[in-house]
This record gives sequence, structure tokens and C-alpha cells, in this order.
Amino acid sequence: MIGFYLNGKPVFGEFNPGTTLFDYLRDQEIFSVKFGSEKGETGADSVLLDGKVMNSSLLLMHTIDGKVIETIESFSQGVDVHPLQEAFIEEGAVQCGYCTPSMILAAESLLRENPTPNDDYVRESLSGVYCRCTGFVKPIQAIMKYATSREDR
Amino acid sequence: MKVIGQKTKRVDGLGLVKGKPVFADDVPKKDFLYLKILRSPFAHAKITSIDYSKALEVEGVDLVLTHEDFKPIYYTTAGQGAPEPSPHDTLVLDSTVRFVGDRVAVVAGETLEAAEKATRLIEVKYEELPAIFDIEKSIGNQTLIHPDKEGFSFVFDPKNNIAANIDEELGDVEKALSESEFVFKNTYSTPYAQHAHIEPHISLSWLDENDRIVIRTATQVPHHVRRIVAEVLDIPIAKIRVIKPRIGGGFGSKQEIIGEELVAAVTLRTGRPARLEYTREEEFTAARSRHPQKVTFSIGLDKNLFINAIDMEILQNSGAYGPHALTVMSVSASKTLALYKSLNVRIKANSVYTNLPPAGAYRGYGAPQGFFALESMMDEIANDLNVNPIEFREKNYFQEGDEVPIAKVLGEGREGFPVILYTSGVRECIVEGKQLIDWNTLRVSEKTGIHRRGVGIATVAQGSGIAGIDMGAAYIKMNEDGSFNLNIGATDLGTGSDTAMAQIAAEILEVPVEKIIVYSSDTDLTPFDTGAYASSTTFITGGAVIKASEDIRNQILDQGMKLLDVEEAVIKDNYVVAANDDKISYQDICTKSFYTDHQKQIQAVSSHMSYDSPPPYNATFADVTVDTETGFVTVNKIVSVTDAGRIINPQMSEGQVEGAIPQSLGMALSEFMIFDEKGRPVNRDFGTYNIYTAIDMPEIVTKFIHTDEPTGPFGAKAVAEIPTNGPAPAVVNAIYNACGVRIRNLPITPEKILRGLGKLK
Repeated sequence: MIGFYLNGKPVFGEFNPGTTLFDYLRDQEIFSVKFGSEKGETGADSVLLDGKVMNSSLLLMHTIDGKVIETIESFSQGVDVHPLQEAFIEEGAVQCGYCTPSMILAAESLLRENPTPNDDYVRESLSGVYCRCTGFVKPIQAIMKYATSREDR
Repeated sequence: MKVIGQKTKRVDGLGLVKGKPVFADDVPKKDFLYLKILRSPFAHAKITSIDYSKALEVEGVDLVLTHEDFKPIYYTTAGQGAPEPSPHDTLVLDSTVRFVGDRVAVVAGETLEAAEKATRLIEVKYEELPAIFDIEKSIGNQTLIHPDKEGFSFVFDPKNNIAANIDEELGDVEKALSESEFVFKNTYSTPYAQHAHIEPHISLSWLDENDRIVIRTATQVPHHVRRIVAEVLDIPIAKIRVIKPRIGGGFGSKQEIIGEELVAAVTLRTGRPARLEYTREEEFTAARSRHPQKVTFSIGLDKNLFINAIDMEILQNSGAYGPHALTVMSVSASKTLALYKSLNVRIKANSVYTNLPPAGAYRGYGAPQGFFALESMMDEIANDLNVNPIEFREKNYFQEGDEVPIAKVLGEGREGFPVILYTSGVRECIVEGKQLIDWNTLRVSEKTGIHRRGVGIATVAQGSGIAGIDMGAAYIKMNEDGSFNLNIGATDLGTGSDTAMAQIAAEILEVPVEKIIVYSSDTDLTPFDTGAYASSTTFITGGAVIKASEDIRNQILDQGMKLLDVEEAVIKDNYVVAANDDKISYQDICTKSFYTDHQKQIQAVSSHMSYDSPPPYNATFADVTVDTETGFVTVNKIVSVTDAGRIINPQMSEGQVEGAIPQSLGMALSEFMIFDEKGRPVNRDFGTYNIYTAIDMPEIVTKFIHTDEPTGPFGAKAVAEIPTNGPAPAVVNAIYNACGVRIRNLPITPEKILRGLGKLK
């Protein structure tokens, strides 16, 4: 039996040894985690684990005992939109959108550690999320814009 | 204009940033059967027996399908308009396998694990056949990859392994070359390249309440999926509904029907929902890729350096099957030969079969290969003659008002239509780009020392839809609050076409974009559209949206005048306004039309096709640094300036260019497929197939110059594919400028650079 927090709610359960967090989340119809590759290179399966961005398909369930897991579903309730999500829309950073939740999680992971990152840090933070649509130009702009707007406040 | 050309947020953006269940696989768990494909370990072999009794013993395995379970109906996996001009050389499952990764059998199990286990227990006996891996050795080889069979069509010459052929001439090329003052001839080659969309191919199917098959799939061509699945499974089109949800990238790869027919077959046999998702390895080894081409240009110039003759030869690798074999070569030729004027033009092209993975449609569709050759060649000629490479190009461009004769000869697998060039902004693109890359300084900067910096240019063209073939339709209906449903068969695969279509409707109906509710696409609910390929949606479907919107506008005006009881009125800000200032709102018009007065549904459906396919133009500039000790090339900056007519959505258009650039840079510098001596792909994951990530990206500058294309919606031309054509040749030309090394065979590797520098033998 393991226990962890998923998007703020405690979860307890027993899991088969091979079950990954990715399998579990998709099974729970948390569809924001996406399949990109078996080895996690694409990062489309990202979650936050204790605030750090991780590949959910590389995390076996027994390794998340006592951890705090967040997915993009926790970023906004109902019709609310998180300002980082809003920045992605505003800046045209979304194309197909398949990797977008992961990009936002990767950025959030960085910003919790470094609230005023420069362009290089943002770029680095996205290096684990593959995107074949945007060339990363507008996603980086969106993250910088959001980071700067928070600084101003 | 209020909406066209203005910053407009994506209509589907909110759901995407929130991670809503909008993609094909994001459906609540059904009673799925999970499909797993057993794939060939051999590049070429005859299956002599398949014993799957042990596979069926695996708990949770319900069904195994082999070639014996399908009628031998030859088709093409290419999702093109009917009749598809690609070779019809493919069976759903065949008794011969033609590349490592070809389909042998399909297992359906209660879990993916059970299906996977069962595939390993299928006992297949193969008789290995000689295989062909070298395109130069395919024509005339004793080994025939597709011995002619009954039921084949559109295969050019199966006895010589030729999937498709083009042989066309305008004027007299031999004579013109012999009379030319200067003649240049060179060969350039491009390798396999992967689309690398992050969402793999995924198809789900189930029976609806009336036992019709519903296919929910990541496709660019829902209507072609419906038709081709009906054809290969021999069931009526009326029995199939294809739903295209949001798509996680396609770039041409999802113009193929390589999964929908299997899930549908399993659902038909079992009555159960079925699911097939490609693994990443299957994407690399058994999906589709860019056709490798060897392109030879012979170009003759008169003494004033005007082009006299262009002779283009293409030898293309189809791989084991022929999807898009003919039309990709046709585009390689028709787009490149539409850039520079020459009275004498010849194209000889063969697409040959090999026992390597089949290629297919990939953004640019032959134009990246063709322009890599042509724009390298133009640079080489200018260098050899010691003339300015830009002035040399400018001298030879087609001009506005010119007819481009090649377009008439090279259509979509049949005769095409003549193109009159109404708009060409290529010169303005060059002017802008030169400034942004700092051409004049970098071109002549010091080229000594270990690190040498240089700049290069490539100018390129594309089309806007397929002339005379592509057709899209739009349906619009009005709601009581003055909002409108816009249902289109067009397929937004991440490009933002739904948003562009909403902008067009909003502009004409004079409402904010938020009042347009877009739905795309579902073969039961949306009208026909050929699909998202050939840079067609804005140009073709946009034309349909204009017509339907204008029809609706007239109906609103008409109903408004009836309700106001006046003979004349105008539409202004959501109102029909009479001369006496009486007015009635959209809301009141629709509400009364529904419930009380002159009752009707205000609605319209329109379709659009075009005999024009106006070329967008682009000038791409590269700034590179070559490390002459390691041979490593660093791209510092790419400037991409595009004439796509009037821009409907500036932000999304920039996004198209920004995303295309790393795809081309990858083909030039970091991405390539390696095969061993048995034809087995060596690099089958993202760890060994290197696409550009955030930290690899150079500085990107995108810019648009404005033209007003008379044949396009609001003056628009296409933007989706053209930015993929320029970066690779621009980089190669920049490397030459930096260090004098000419790379004619992609990809550019440090080894090739060092060889060019004479530092490696």
C-alpha cells in the first residue's frame, strides 16, 4: 500500500509492480499526460513530482509513495484559466497542443525554483519537452512574458 | 478589416492549454480490444506458413488476422482524392513482406500485454528473397519487389521496379543546352527524414447503436479514410463514420491510412471496440517518411546569364510501397521549375521500389528535396561565374503577369492547369531578409581562423492547394443569440485552420470571432473536404467559408428587411439597418425566424475549388559558424521572409514558419535514418534520431511581406509548407561561404566538412 497526493487529494492504493504513474493517470482519465514514446524522450507525459517536472511513464507507482503529484488539471478549476495558460494562448504558443500541458508544467517547475529566469534558463527548462510544431519561439516568449508580469506585481 | 490580419486567439486554445480530453485516445475506457501488429524481421521474404495456434492460447487474446483473412484488394495507403494517383500496390496484409517492419499479422487482445505476448508466439516460416537497398540498383534488377499482379493500378512499370515515372518536356532542352554559353550539371541528394509528430498514429473504432462503425482517428484526411476503409474492407461508405478530434501534429504522416482499416476490421469481426496506437519504434520503422531523392540539374545559361534550359532528373526512393510516389516527384519539379524562367524545361523522374520503409507525404511534399538541389546549384553557378548570387537569381525569376507553363504539364497525376503569376513578392522578401541577417557585412567578413562564419540564401516557392482537384465545403447555421455554427470537413491538425476559418466567417458576418463556433471534422456532421494537405485549407476551404458566409449575410439582410418591412437596408454591427434608421438585431432576426415570423433556419452550405494554385514565395537566410577543426556546424540564426499574400492570422502564420525551420534544419544537420546491411533500421528512437529541441534552436526571425493575391480569400496564399523548403539549402550555401566546402549530399556531418577541408581522406 502506498499513499500520495494527486492534485491536492490524498490517494491510497496497491498497484501491480510494473504499473507506471502514466498508466495510472490515464486510467483515472487524467488525459493531460500524453504518450510520446516508451522511453520518455518526448516529455509529453510530464507531471510535477514534489514540484519538479518528471516523466510519468518512467515513474513506477511504488516510487511515488509519500510524494505530491500535480498535473495540468490542478492549474485551473472550472472555467478559470491559470495566467501561465493564458500567456500560452495570448502569445500563440499553442499549435497542435499535444505537448502544451508538459511545457507549462516544465515552466512552472522552473519558476518555482527561479522566479526570474533569463531566456537560457527557460530554454533549458523546455529541453525535456519535444515539440515539432512551434520551434519553441512562442512558448519561450509566453513563459518570459508570464515570468516578467509576475515580477512586476 | 476588423478580423482578417488581426491578432486572434486560437479558437481551440483553451481546451489545449488545460489538457482537456481532445485527442483521439482521450476517451473513457471502453471495452477495447488492443491491437498489436507482428512485423517482418526480413527486408524481403515470402511467408510460407503462419501458425498462430499458440498465440490464441494466450489468455485474453481474441483474434489473430493474417493475409488469409482479407480479400486481395490492392489500394494505396496515400489519402488522396479518388482515383488516388499513387500506385495501388498494397494489401491490408500480404503473403510477401517487403521491408523490415512490414505487416505480417495483427493480434487483438483484452490487454496490450496479452496482444504483445501473442505476437511473439506466432510461428511464421519465411522464404527469404534477395533484397534491394540501393536505389541505383533497383531499375532492371532481377529481383522484383512488386511482380505485376491482377488488381494493380497506377504502378508505372512493375517489371522494372518503377513505381512512378514522369517524362515531360517544354521546348527543346537538348538543343538549348548545346546552344548555351555556360552549362552546369550537378547531382544532389537528400535522405529519409521523419515527421516526428509527438502524437503517434492512433485509431479507435467501435459500433454505434445502429451497428455502424465509428472510427475516431488522428488523421488529416477523414473523408479519404472513410472511402478507403470502405474500399479495402468491402463495406458501404454509409456504414462508416470517421471522427477527427484534435490532432497532435501530422506534417503529412497522417495523410496515410495505416491503422484505421485494421481497427475497423477487428470491430467488424468481433463487434468490439478496437484500439491501435503505433509505438515510437513503429513510427520510426513502419510509418512514413520523406522520400529520399537524387536530383540532377543541368542548367544552361546564355551569355547574359539568363537561363536557357533546365534539365531536371529525379531518382526517388519509394521504399517498399508507392504512396505519393508520383505526386511527390511531380511537386519536386513543378514547384522548383516555377521559380526561374526558362523556355526550355525537361523533367525525367523515376520513383523506384526498394526494400526499405515506404516514404510518404511530408510537409513540402518533394519541394524541399527539389529546392535543396536547385538552390544549391544556383549558388554554385554564381560562385563559379563569380557573380552575385542574389543578382543572378533576381535576373531569372518569373515575374508578375508571367504564365508558368510547367504547371500545365505537371498536375496531380494528370494534366494540370496553367498558372498565371498574379503576385510575387520574392524580391521584397530578399530585401527584408538581407537586412535582418546583415548580409552585406557577414558575406564578406574575414573567413580565416578555426571558427569561420558565413551566410547563405535560398529562395523558394510552393503552391496553395492542388489546382483543379482540391475541394472543400463549409456549412454555417445561425443561432438565436447571433452566433453561428461553422462546420467544416477541413482538418485542423494543429495549424490553426479552424481559427483562420472562424476569422473569415467573422469578417464577412461582421461579428466577433467568439460568435463563430467551429467544428471540424466528422464525416457524419461536416461536409466534404479533401483534407489538410498541399497547403490547401486557408486557400480552398477559406473560399468555401467566404461563399457560405456571404450567403448567410444575404439571408440575414433579407429576413431583416422583411421583419422591418422595408425594401432597402444594410448590415451594420450586428444589426440590419434601414434607411429610416429602423433597425433589428441579429438576435431578433434569428429568434423571430425560428419562432414567429417568416420562419426558417438561416443556413448555407457552399463549396470551393480553384484552378489556380498561386505560389507563395520565401527567402530564407542562414548565418552559420563552421569549426574547421572538428567540422561541427553551428547555425547562429535563420531569417525567413515570406510572401503568403495577405496574412489572415499573423501570429499563427509566424508559428508555421518558426516550426518549419527546425524540421528543415534537422534534415540538413541532425536527423537521418541509418540502415544496416540487412535493411534493418538502426536508429529507432529519439535517443538516436535527433530532432531539434529547445536548446538546439538558433535565433529565428520571421517576417511577412504583403501582397494581395486576387485568387485567394482576402488576398491570402498558403503558408504551411513553404518555410520548410529554404533552411537546408541556405545552410549549405552559408557553409560554402564560411569555409568553401560544398555539401551536395545531406545530411551535413562533421566528417563531410572535414573531408571537404582536406583534413580527412
